[in-house]
Amino acid sequence: MKFNSKSKALVAALVVALLLLPFITDALFGRGWVRIVDFAMLYIMLALGLNIVVGYAGLLDLGYIAFFAVGAYCYALAGSPHLALAFPMMFPDGVHLSFLIVLPLAALLAGGFGVLLGAPTLRLRGDYLAIVTLGFGEIIRIFLNNLNSPVNLTNGPQGISRIDPVSVANVRLSATQNVLGIEFPSVHLYFYLFLAFTALVIFASRRLERSRIGRAWMAIREDEIAASAMGINTRNLKLLAFAMGAMFGGASGALFAGFQGFVSPESFSLMESIMVLCMVVLGGMGNISGVILGGVLLAILPEVLRHIVVPLQQSLFGKTLIDPESLRMLLFGTALIVMMLYRPAGLLPSRVRRRELDSDEVPESIGRNQA
Amino acid sequence: MMVETTLLKLSSVGKQFGGLSALSDVSLHIRRGEIYGLIGPNGAGKTTLFNVITGLYQPSVGEFQFNGQGYQACKPHVLARAGIARTFQNIRLFANLTALENVMIGRHVRTRAGVLGALLRNRATRNEERAVVERARELLRYVGIEKPAQTLAKHLSYGEQRRLEIARALATDPLLLALDEPAAGMNATETASLKSLLQTIRDSGITVLLIEHDVKLIMGLCDRVAVLDYGKKIAEGIPEEVRKNPDVIAAYLGASHD
Amino acid sequence: MEIFLQQIINGLVQGSVYALVALGYTMVYGILGLINFAHGEVVMIGAMLALSSLTVLLGLSVPPLLALLFSIILAMAGCMALGYTIERIAYRPLRHAPRLAPLITAIGVSIVLQNLAMMIWGREYHSFPQLIVNATHSLGGAVINDIQIIIFILALLIMAGLMAVVHRTRLGRAMRAVAENQHAAQLMGVDINRVISLTFMLGSALAAIAGLMVSANYGLAHYYMGFVLGLKAFTAAVLGGIGNLRGAMLGGLLLGLIESLGAGYIGDITGGFFGSNYQDVFAFLVLIVVLVFRPSGLLGERLAERA
Repeated sequence: MKFNSKSKALVAALVVALLLLPFITDALFGRGWVRIVDFAMLYIMLALGLNIVVGYAGLLDLGYIAFFAVGAYCYALAGSPHLALAFPMMFPDGVHLSFLIVLPLAALLAGGFGVLLGAPTLRLRGDYLAIVTLGFGEIIRIFLNNLNSPVNLTNGPQGISRIDPVSVANVRLSATQNVLGIEFPSVHLYFYLFLAFTALVIFASRRLERSRIGRAWMAIREDEIAASAMGINTRNLKLLAFAMGAMFGGASGALFAGFQGFVSPESFSLMESIMVLCMVVLGGMGNISGVILGGVLLAILPEVLRHIVVPLQQSLFGKTLIDPESLRMLLFGTALIVMMLYRPAGLLPSRVRRRELDSDEVPESIGRNQA
Repeated sequence: MMVETTLLKLSSVGKQFGGLSALSDVSLHIRRGEIYGLIGPNGAGKTTLFNVITGLYQPSVGEFQFNGQGYQACKPHVLARAGIARTFQNIRLFANLTALENVMIGRHVRTRAGVLGALLRNRATRNEERAVVERARELLRYVGIEKPAQTLAKHLSYGEQRRLEIARALATDPLLLALDEPAAGMNATETASLKSLLQTIRDSGITVLLIEHDVKLIMGLCDRVAVLDYGKKIAEGIPEEVRKNPDVIAAYLGASHD
Repeated sequence: MEIFLQQIINGLVQGSVYALVALGYTMVYGILGLINFAHGEVVMIGAMLALSSLTVLLGLSVPPLLALLFSIILAMAGCMALGYTIERIAYRPLRHAPRLAPLITAIGVSIVLQNLAMMIWGREYHSFPQLIVNATHSLGGAVINDIQIIIFILALLIMAGLMAVVHRTRLGRAMRAVAENQHAAQLMGVDINRVISLTFMLGSALAAIAGLMVSANYGLAHYYMGFVLGLKAFTAAVLGGIGNLRGAMLGGLLLGLIESLGAGYIGDITGGFFGSNYQDVFAFLVLIVVLVFRPSGLLGERLAERA
């Protein structure tokens, strides 16, 4: 089934809207919000990566942000003067590898960590993976915080700064660029970069979902014993899902480091892992549009809380009783519970459900070309 | 017995759980192209034996040969690849996937596309995928549930779920189809049509191993039957013989817990 | 040698607290096959409740021991109510749901408890009031103080008490029956829901005491203390063989020793590369090593590999 003209027009409109989004946001809310949108895109990438692990293969990864951290620090070390401190003889100016080299490197490194962590735990029950990943998230943070001595690898709690900005084809995204008389500020440029990567992640997710591998993942999620009786090597496929999720996380981390120009351990707390998990659960596990919706909602929510809850409390009580940060986490925790109890499939009904309701749809959708 | 006609041969297989012996010294062989029935009172070790053959349990002692190859401790997916497919006593479908997808997953072991194929969706992958869908539809038709192909497995009727499990197992191109109480919970009409389905499957050249509670079904369908009691094989042979075997009669009269 | 003895003492004291918390994980796991992620937060709530009550009572010039007794009872009651509520709200409705569901609600409960605690008690560290003159004793070159002695002995007594409950009482028998086979237990007339609720309450009561012990030992309590403690206690439970009560106790003590000796000697072992600030890493390494080489734990019989 090919796109009909109506859906073609819809897609075109969506693309135009997305391309204009930074300008519209800038005009309506100010440049600070473009930055927020950029971060939202990063979160969506992360959530889509976690969705492969949790949504497709049904593996609960509670330390997902650790892979993000691995990617971010990989980029930070390979693209900043920092290593000059630790190895002045080897790298007198630090290391400054190109973004296009570091990005796959970061993804592979994170994937490698995923394999290291997954191999011993994935043959066990799912709960063990959950707790091991939880521990891993903490351990990574301990290492990041303490590996500043005797060799200063991570610069400890201060983090690594002066990270090279991303530059693509000699265009530095950290500076305002002028194209055809239109000014593109840095945050706009990063938006387009992230948009491209998000599109790539969505594309990869969709293709995986509708493939032999994706079906095997879902079989494992539904019933591991039956899956293995059907000839699926559950351990290898779980490891594959886990490593792929980790790779997506690592790549997002590298983008994050380049965008922010600075990384420190506090960006990679357990709460961040929980937030990404929330995005996946809220939107709908295993459902790409649901996960995107979840990502958008939850990435914007803290900003909304900050801009509404604080002034509201100020005007009602004259002071801030509940800080927006803990209110946000409280909402996340409650959302996890409520969603699991009352709407385990998430806010958006899944593809299969929809297809089941719409019996007219041609079932050959499996071979269909996806945009 | 000529070796090449034997598909599955168990030699003194035993299985212990803690100190309990669920199977002891069970030897039997299943010939190619037959329907082989396994009966016995509740708790006789039928499902344990079944789980050993399909790799869900590792035998404590003994080994079995399948299709000329010896196996001792083996993962289910290896045995599935070798050609043993199974269904489960308490249906284990992929509940939130459609009937078609359930059967497509059965094709996993006979297809090859990996991550790269999935991402690039090259010609080989597309062709394979098309073949998978085609074969899955064919199998749904074969077991008689073509219509609800796009229905989630959990929303199918009980009889349809049983059939879907058979279709999914057949999708792995098995040499041996092992069915764990496929008629459980079925009414007379459903059982009759299941019986003819199993005969069709056998006639297509697939060997069938059947565990059943319904002795009448077993006797009317199987070429040969083995009887288990307290983890031991107490009789084996054609149904008429087994039916008259005094040990079998004693086991059923003495130990019937139904 | 003094360092060695000192680390042994510290390890045993810390380990006895891990053991109490590990028992909570293991009891619930034994009965429901579920990791109660929120258990660490129950410990934290117990510590906070006890601390608040102590502060108030001492402020009213209630005699210290009376204040302590009342605070323990209050913390235990509060935690039991909490444990009961958690099970009712977050786990019971999902008993037949896919595995992932109760794990996610458990995480949700943890987050909620942690942030509620932060709202109530703030982000700052609370110091534990001094109740007794905490005399230190010399023991072959190492020192041990009264609080440590009390913690260790009390923990052992409580564990002995728990074993008596599990093996000598009707409730204990029902618990073991449910752990063995829920369906069969139900057929034999055991009220499964009641047993499960009571198990959660029992585990939470132990958690309350453990929380009090931790904050007494370190002189501090904090809204975030439950997370790492829970992780370690879980590791202890896995080390001993999750689902096995004796295993949890053994695992707790062992983990305490490993951690303490590890932290004491890591500098020497790695030539000063890693310092004692890596103490928290040991528990995690133990967890990984156990899962790789002996997933059923030291005393576990049943293989953990089960879908």
